[in-house]
Amino acid sequence: MTYLTKLSAAALSDLLISREVSAVEATRAHLEHITAVDTDLHAFLHVAGDAALATAAQIDARRAAGEELNPLAGVPIAIKDVLATQDMPTTAGSKILEGWIPPYDATVVARLRAAGLVPLGKTNMDEFAMGSSTEHSAYGITRNPWDRDRIPGGSGGGSAAAVASFQAPLALGSDTGGSIRQPAAVTGSVGVKPTYGGVSRYGAIALASSLDQVGPVSRTVYDAALLHDVIGGHDPLDSTSLTERWPSMAAAAAAGLQDDALRGVRVGVIKELSGDGFQAGVTQRFNETLALLVAAGAEITEVSAPNFEYAVAAYYLILPAEASSNLARFDSVRFGIRVNPESGSLTSEHVMSATREAGFGAEVKRRIILGTYALSAGYYDAYYGSAQKVRTLIQRDFAAAFSQVDVLVSPSAPTTAFKFGEKLADPMAMYINDVTTIPANLAGVPGMSIPIGLAPEDGLPVGLQIMAPAKADARLYTVGAAIEQLLEASWGHTMLSQAPALTPTEMFASEEGAV
Amino acid sequence: MASAELMDYDKALELFEPVLGFEVHVELNTKTKMFCGCANEFGSGANTNTCPTCLGLPGGLPQVNKKAIESSIRLGLALGCEIAEHSRFARKNYFYPDTAKNFQTSQYDDPICHDGSITIELESGRLVTVEIERAHMEDDAGKLTHMGGATGRIQGADYSLVDYNRGGVPLVEIVTQMIEGAEHDAPEIGKTYVAAIREIAKGLGVSNARMEEGNVRCDANVSLRPRGSNVLGTRTETKNVNSLRSVERAVRYEIQRQAAVLHAGGTITQETRHWHEDTGRTSAGRPKSDADDYRYFPEPDLLPMAPSREWVEELRLTLPEPPAARRKRLQAAWGFVNLEFQDVVNSDLLDAVEATVAAGASAQAARKWWTGEIARLANVAGVAADTLVTPVQLAALIELVEAGTLTDRLARQVLEGVIAGEGTPTQVVDSRGLAVVSDDGPLVAAIDAALLGQPDVLAKIRDGKVQAAGAVIGAVMKAMRGQADAARVRELVLERAATIE
Amino acid sequence: MSEITAEQVKHLAYLARIDLSPLEITNLTHDLGQIVDSIAKVSEVATADTPATSHPMPLTNVFREDVVVPSLTVEQALSGAPDRAGDKFRVPAILDED
Repeated sequence: MTYLTKLSAAALSDLLISREVSAVEATRAHLEHITAVDTDLHAFLHVAGDAALATAAQIDARRAAGEELNPLAGVPIAIKDVLATQDMPTTAGSKILEGWIPPYDATVVARLRAAGLVPLGKTNMDEFAMGSSTEHSAYGITRNPWDRDRIPGGSGGGSAAAVASFQAPLALGSDTGGSIRQPAAVTGSVGVKPTYGGVSRYGAIALASSLDQVGPVSRTVYDAALLHDVIGGHDPLDSTSLTERWPSMAAAAAAGLQDDALRGVRVGVIKELSGDGFQAGVTQRFNETLALLVAAGAEITEVSAPNFEYAVAAYYLILPAEASSNLARFDSVRFGIRVNPESGSLTSEHVMSATREAGFGAEVKRRIILGTYALSAGYYDAYYGSAQKVRTLIQRDFAAAFSQVDVLVSPSAPTTAFKFGEKLADPMAMYINDVTTIPANLAGVPGMSIPIGLAPEDGLPVGLQIMAPAKADARLYTVGAAIEQLLEASWGHTMLSQAPALTPTEMFASEEGAV
Repeated sequence: MASAELMDYDKALELFEPVLGFEVHVELNTKTKMFCGCANEFGSGANTNTCPTCLGLPGGLPQVNKKAIESSIRLGLALGCEIAEHSRFARKNYFYPDTAKNFQTSQYDDPICHDGSITIELESGRLVTVEIERAHMEDDAGKLTHMGGATGRIQGADYSLVDYNRGGVPLVEIVTQMIEGAEHDAPEIGKTYVAAIREIAKGLGVSNARMEEGNVRCDANVSLRPRGSNVLGTRTETKNVNSLRSVERAVRYEIQRQAAVLHAGGTITQETRHWHEDTGRTSAGRPKSDADDYRYFPEPDLLPMAPSREWVEELRLTLPEPPAARRKRLQAAWGFVNLEFQDVVNSDLLDAVEATVAAGASAQAARKWWTGEIARLANVAGVAADTLVTPVQLAALIELVEAGTLTDRLARQVLEGVIAGEGTPTQVVDSRGLAVVSDDGPLVAAIDAALLGQPDVLAKIRDGKVQAAGAVIGAVMKAMRGQADAARVRELVLERAATIE
Repeated sequence: MSEITAEQVKHLAYLARIDLSPLEITNLTHDLGQIVDSIAKVSEVATADTPATSHPMPLTNVFREDVVVPSLTVEQALSGAPDRAGDKFRVPAILDED
């Protein structure tokens, strides 16, 4: 049944609908593959196991009874550990939440369940989604399936690695400054950050409320669209949720597969997100993709976004400020761990401080302190206030650019996957890595990352970021699916089929034993 | 801590000018909480009205209660405030175990209502206009119970328990400008101002406005300025002064305490102080310091509000008559003297009397019953008078008395029956058999028996010594076990005395 | 170089209720100084006439009707509590003994 794990969600859905394959078989195949490869990769923090099989069995029963089900019913899915799940621990990669099982489901999780998807488990992430490498998880690193010594991106490294290593055809991620798109880029998978407000944040453990968006992670653009259609749409429990009636993203992706889908599409290349600081192989694949677009009839224009230069700075003020407040609730009173101080009196204040000292990792503390500083009396105007103004300027840059073009493109990340530890010592180096993805979060516009090849110098995946105006998520799917089809046609295969075969854990163990 | 020395009040006023300020929290009586759909009600068990949002669970998000916005705007309008065209929520960040999110969702630089004023009338007839700086919305904290230790107070407690049922309940905080020129009236101004806010909130129906239940809570700011100086003194903020009388006492106490400290060459610490109802003192709480850096910033999980002018005007049309004007009108209509009217107002029975009059009773009778027997019974039961009977029931009772069906004494028994849930006054009269005997048959028989039993009295009556009838009336009333109308008995006695054989 | 001092970091840690170790304070003082230097440039372009954007989507007046929805059960509400007494959350004493 290994072949089942290689299928796209759409292909698996066809087999499930025709009942050639049962949801239990599909789920079991994925669980077995997880058992085989994840001890080493560590994409999952929790595997649902029997619960997943029980859910799958219910779907099979309903389908057998002739019930009309969502096309994705019975398709397994991995869930980033930032999302509240009633039946699985939810830790956001933090020790402070170790073992916490929420009494409720995030809205997106409830929608997955209602559509009959089968949750396989919870995926690893940088603690509270703070990071670009998943090295900041309290529960250990996740390895990149392309190179075990490299990061799978972050914060959603677990979801990206799970999908890229065929442990799940679909996953949910969350993207505050690139946490869906950058892991997609460095693992050769697809990731979408929807328009801010397009997908409910209720039940997503907040990092930065005005930047966070939940979105799909997959191996194909069409699969991401199918998942987007399940999780998207208005949720009254999230006040920032948009009330629009959204078009079908799946239909938009299907439209991209038509001939001439790219003809006449105006594509803007952002001057400020190229050149210096971008790895040669990244730039090379990016330029090759542009050439392919031109050949397909798209019009390429260079556009300038002068204020993007300030995006990283504004982001690292807004995010820590909001996070410092969002993370205040982790106080050892209503949930999570409680740690008593080693010395001093056992007052509520001391216990809270000791718990937060023991429960938060270094990066979380760094950002909470930074955010507390940025909001402090006397600094607010210069820092937080100014950062909010930069946000306006970045929105204006996007508005100006989208008055000339339909979509904007850039490399999804300046480099391919870096090695573990490479950027840990220098927080700013890690922060700068998000330069390409951050502007979309600041402006609220949707962004997608799709694989566009391997960098010649290291053989690692390179991603293309596509951005559209706010609420024009469907455009991303059309253009993304079209480019994906062009590239695969030019390669003669899919990107992930080129990933090194993963050796089951037992074999690693025996190899190591042999050494 | 040594108990503070107090300066004589008159002397304090001679040396210093008190400057006041009040922050009054009004708890709104919406059906649900400010930011989630949990019920805004108490009485059921601890932590029964909680959800991921008001418990501050990871992933919880707020949703604004429209009714709370509406109530806040109406309250602001009644306080003569401008309603902001653009308003937003802000997070006030501080850690405390009763604050689930460890920030309060409040308003900072864009409150919903600002720049109003109300004029209050003191007992002397002095009119004082209190300027309102702002009225903003925020959510309440949960409730802490301090366990262990001797007093049940926070000091010396071993641990505390938290119930988040109240967490997230909507509050409007009304902040005054500095009140200068209060002089000797300072304590009364405090009391009267808070009473006025309470009355306005109650009149609007936006709050249950019961101070004893914490629906209205007052923080009183007091500072003293030495006579002849134009420099403001350091102020203290006395927290949670939760009855009108306490507001008056706390302001007076702080004036006397601060005057003593300043006169002795000391300085006032800018601090929060706690009011102790039992001892009538305030004690030092937390000093205001850098620690009070609340790091306000706009609440990113909630959108700005821009109440349309049309909506505001619609709400303005729903405002009831201002309480002061209403009082003037009602007193004139009812013809009460000041003392009678004050009695009704102070007993918080204006609505009850008005409703009883509307149900057909005379104003005097309604006043007499509410402030008399009903207030007495309520006091015994430890509840508010207007929770015992409805105005309609009372009006029906009064009607029975005025029709002669009940004596006052019988009516009190009927009232007890009504309060005990035995039904309407008429039903109680029937079931308890309490009506004045209006069929003269048994009465005439009793009178005849009494007259014939006392021939000397009968003779005196026949001789025109009408006052002798008293002895017979007493006997008749006794025989009738009180169930007779004395006036009617008297009438019949005279009639029978003339005709009896 | 920015002027972040260890004293300042200590105070921020108090405000944020994190009991940082002396080593962490030293490290964070250094990190914060460096980070603040790199991000302070936001004030270069944030002119007085530029409006602030706090929400990416310009929505206003998003309200909910005043209708009660079911709450969690008490057991659900308390399910994650590190300590409880009856149906209430139990926390250590709020004030110091003395």
